[in-house]
Amino acid sequence: MKVVIQIPSALRALTGNLYKVEVEAESVGEALTALIDRYPSLSRYIFDEQQRLRSFVNIFVNDTDIKTLNGLDTRLKDSDRLLILPAISGGRAL
Amino acid sequence: MSFSTEEIRRYGRHLIMPEVGLEGQRRLKEAKVLVVGVGGLGSPVSLYLASAGVGEIGLLDFDEVDETNLQRQVIFTTPDVGRKKVEVARERLLRLNPHITVKTHDTQITSENALNIIRNYDIVVDATDNFPTRYLLNDATVLLKKPLVYGSIFRFDGQASVFYAGKGPCYRCLYPEPPPPGLVPSCAEGGVLGVLPGIVGSLQASEVLKLIIGIGEPLIGRLLLVDALSMSFKELRISRDRNCPVCGDKPTIKELIDYEQFCGVRTSGEALDATRNTVTPLELKKLIDSGEDIQLIDVREPVEWEICRIPGAKLLPLGQLTSRLHEIDQTKKVIVYCHSGQRSALAVKLLRDLGLTNTYNLAGGIDAYAEQVDSSIPRY
Repeated sequence: MKVVIQIPSALRALTGNLYKVEVEAESVGEALTALIDRYPSLSRYIFDEQQRLRSFVNIFVNDTDIKTLNGLDTRLKDSDRLLILPAISGGRAL
Repeated sequence: MSFSTEEIRRYGRHLIMPEVGLEGQRRLKEAKVLVVGVGGLGSPVSLYLASAGVGEIGLLDFDEVDETNLQRQVIFTTPDVGRKKVEVARERLLRLNPHITVKTHDTQITSENALNIIRNYDIVVDATDNFPTRYLLNDATVLLKKPLVYGSIFRFDGQASVFYAGKGPCYRCLYPEPPPPGLVPSCAEGGVLGVLPGIVGSLQASEVLKLIIGIGEPLIGRLLLVDALSMSFKELRISRDRNCPVCGDKPTIKELIDYEQFCGVRTSGEALDATRNTVTPLELKKLIDSGEDIQLIDVREPVEWEICRIPGAKLLPLGQLTSRLHEIDQTKKVIVYCHSGQRSALAVKLLRDLGLTNTYNLAGGIDAYAEQVDSSIPRY
């Protein structure tokens, strides 16, 4: 399945400023892995050491939170749109 | 509560709308709203609440106005630089509308003072710029069962929502934990389009007015995303997490906690490592002056490199570090810098993990170097 992953501004520096990345995948987990294969430095922003989705990142498929679907196992259809949504907080550098 | 003839004239455009009317305006006048953070978001929020006639506005901020604020914090003007934000904002709001009361809280909100401050208000506006305060406000408003009108910005992206325990999800349902410090860049590092907080802050102000008057559909259970670059708005449904530690079925957080620790601002292992592998600006100057053959790597973005650089440095943006590793001479001592020392700390960790153990971070980045060593380098 060809799906499009939308990259948030906060992570765009790691995709060479690409706003959208198209990958082939059957599930959300596969799509994210395919994205990371292409941009390895994204890995630590998306998965923890146990390959679980990090708790400051949400993934939406066609505007629905995958937590309310099947998580990383959520199946994908052709032209599904994935959105990576990390927490953002503004100004102060911690 | 009644209105003077001056107030009737002032609020006329509200009063003639049946959704607001005299009753809605009376509710606005009786309302007490706390704005936490008088910055990019807090500026438009407080200006619009004051002009709309919200009877009591609380302003909380411990900071002073500086030049870098003026690009987006529209409540301040150039002569205000150096003055207390809450004082300047209070004067401005009262000049705008003398019929309201403005209370100032010239303090940092903490686990110790939060409940006592928030208790006196009906609605809290999250106009802050950091994760510890966001989680603190979230938990405090859940515990006190008050609505939290949330807004957040970064570069060209904004988020807005209304978190209201009992009626919808809270911030922790959406993001159970914050990113570790330094992992996701801040606006101080990534920048922000000056007008973006104007857009998101106006959305927040609009939600506050609706909640007070009791009209329309508030953004409860919905997260509004703003992308100023493509100028698109997207609405995402968000739901309450039954396992949420603060608003879930069996909450484990029943009082306020230490949010700096929760957000890893203190005592993080990564931070400790970072301090061990650090050189100060003065130490770097000595190294350069001594003629030692070091390699200075700048991990900022090309646009920042255009503004200023340390002579002799090589530009290798953080995102390209692993793919361009071969460009680093591993036989030399490597010193990495960025704007303030956050991104370079990550780079040092990354390089050390890859075996470049002779790698050090310039503490405080080029900003500290410009301040302490070379005043000809412009600061931004």
